Amino acid sequence: MNKLYIFLKYFFIVVWTVFVVAPFLWALTTSFKDFQSVNGGVTYIPWVDFEPNLEGWKVLIKSPAKGGVDIIEPYFNSMFVTCTASLISIILGTLSAYALSRYTFKAGFVKNNDITFFFISQRIMPPIVLSIPFFLFLSSINLLDSLTGLIVVYIVLLMPIAVWIMVDFFNKVPREIDETALIDGCNPYQAFLKVVLPNSIPGLIVAGMFCIIFGWIDFFFAFILTFTEVQLLPVKIVALNSSVTPWWSLSASALVSVAPLIIVAFIVERYLSKGNLSGAIK
Amino acid sequence: MNFKHKYFFLFPGLFVLIGILIFPIIFVVRLSLSGWNSYNPGLDYIGLENYIRLFTDDPRFWESFFRLSFLSVTTVILQYVIGFALAHMVWKDIKFKRFFRVLFLVPMMTTPVIMTVIWRTFFHESLGPVNDLLSVFGVAPKWLTDPVIAKFTVIIVEVWQWTPFMFLLLLAGLLSLPKEPFLAAAIDGASPVRKFIYVTFPLMAPISIGAIIIRLIEASKIMDTVYVLTSGGPGTSTETSSFYIFIKGLREFQMGYAASMSFTYLIIMIISLTIIAKVLTKVLLKE
Repeated sequence: MNKLYIFLKYFFIVVWTVFVVAPFLWALTTSFKDFQSVNGGVTYIPWVDFEPNLEGWKVLIKSPAKGGVDIIEPYFNSMFVTCTASLISIILGTLSAYALSRYTFKAGFVKNNDITFFFISQRIMPPIVLSIPFFLFLSSINLLDSLTGLIVVYIVLLMPIAVWIMVDFFNKVPREIDETALIDGCNPYQAFLKVVLPNSIPGLIVAGMFCIIFGWIDFFFAFILTFTEVQLLPVKIVALNSSVTPWWSLSASALVSVAPLIIVAFIVERYLSKGNLSGAIK
Repeated sequence: MNFKHKYFFLFPGLFVLIGILIFPIIFVVRLSLSGWNSYNPGLDYIGLENYIRLFTDDPRFWESFFRLSFLSVTTVILQYVIGFALAHMVWKDIKFKRFFRVLFLVPMMTTPVIMTVIWRTFFHESLGPVNDLLSVFGVAPKWLTDPVIAKFTVIIVEVWQWTPFMFLLLLAGLLSLPKEPFLAAAIDGASPVRKFIYVTFPLMAPISIGAIIIRLIEASKIMDTVYVLTSGGPGTSTETSSFYIFIKGLREFQMGYAASMSFTYLIIMIISLTIIAKVLTKVLLKE
């Protein structure tokens, strides 16, 4: 019984591991192929099935004039938009979350929980519902196809996540520490900045990681609200797909775009194992 | 505590969010009452005509909605079962625990559309590895061009992409469980299966509900995977609501009609997610 269980467990883990890793391995080998080894039948093992070359990787750093795929600018655009929107969302979201966790609000039938729910419920909003008005709205104020316009939209996507994680986190930070700070003569802002925030760094990091993940992986708004002036990485790579299928450069650029977030996986796992994420779910 | 300060903390975030959102939402409602299209771009007033068309004369919208329900419910159930199994496996000590935890999280960190581009080459009918390996058994499923199989391809990709999120939420939940019930079960000599049914699962019920609801919300937005993988095809067999609205609104520029669809869609989403949340809470917490 027990042995069977252990066997099944490891069997399942191995199967899932293969499933998780398979597309990455495929992309990695494909990125070293040339036209012949992609189109002449399926090949797997470098040096055995096909002769690897670096063409797929070289086009990434070539200038577009020489037939290269220019992903450097979209890369920085993506990073800039993600980081800026995450930062703004974290700052505003943390302030609001602190207020919702520490003070009581009441306006008619609206109470703290309703306000928190209002923040979080913005995730329910299907992106398509917002995309049409945003499209017309941004084009009327000339922010279509610009980084600023995208950042504004991303704040709506990311702030709910920041509020969701930080409210639960602040609820776990004991109230006594702000009360002590207030008794010691701090005003509420000093108490927040000097005492509460330093005690909330794990929460801030987790919230930041989630904002970065959900900002970095968004495609839809970038796809609808930008065209030529500003391109984000996912849009650029998907555009590669529609042309003649240069699978090698496609795979190489996909791997490059996915790489930075693997670091995030390590950070999230670290905080997960320490138990810092548990509060956020309940 | 001091009352004046609390507003300084709350309002910046609240007002920025409302400020960004209030205009689009009012505008969607107003736009849905207009006949804005590419020949006639403007906010005229045509009453409820768009809604009448939607409810009486557009089976494609409702088909895409049922397809979306099928896809999102199936993927979320699969994600929950697999995610729970994986979380349960790496919860207690196994070899290379942290390695597996990180590995199982990785797909979630990758951009769905970019991985979908890779999946497209992966499932390519003549040049992809899946059909090459399956050719050993003499079968070659049309992963992207068969109306039925294409749905399962979408499900496979979605499960790969988002099971890690379920895994993350459930593992975080498992790690936060109290130790006492497990000690009690161990003293009573409960078998692993009984321990799971009578101790772990009930304790995890609230977290499960939360995780399922969060995933349902996110899954109901499936759109970019479909766009890249099959473009809604073959025919309309993988078209979801968002994708249909996208085609009507931003490809055919029937803005007014698209707005009425998206408003209807939003209302349906809110109602159905509320009902699902209520039902799940009842089922999982009462039993």
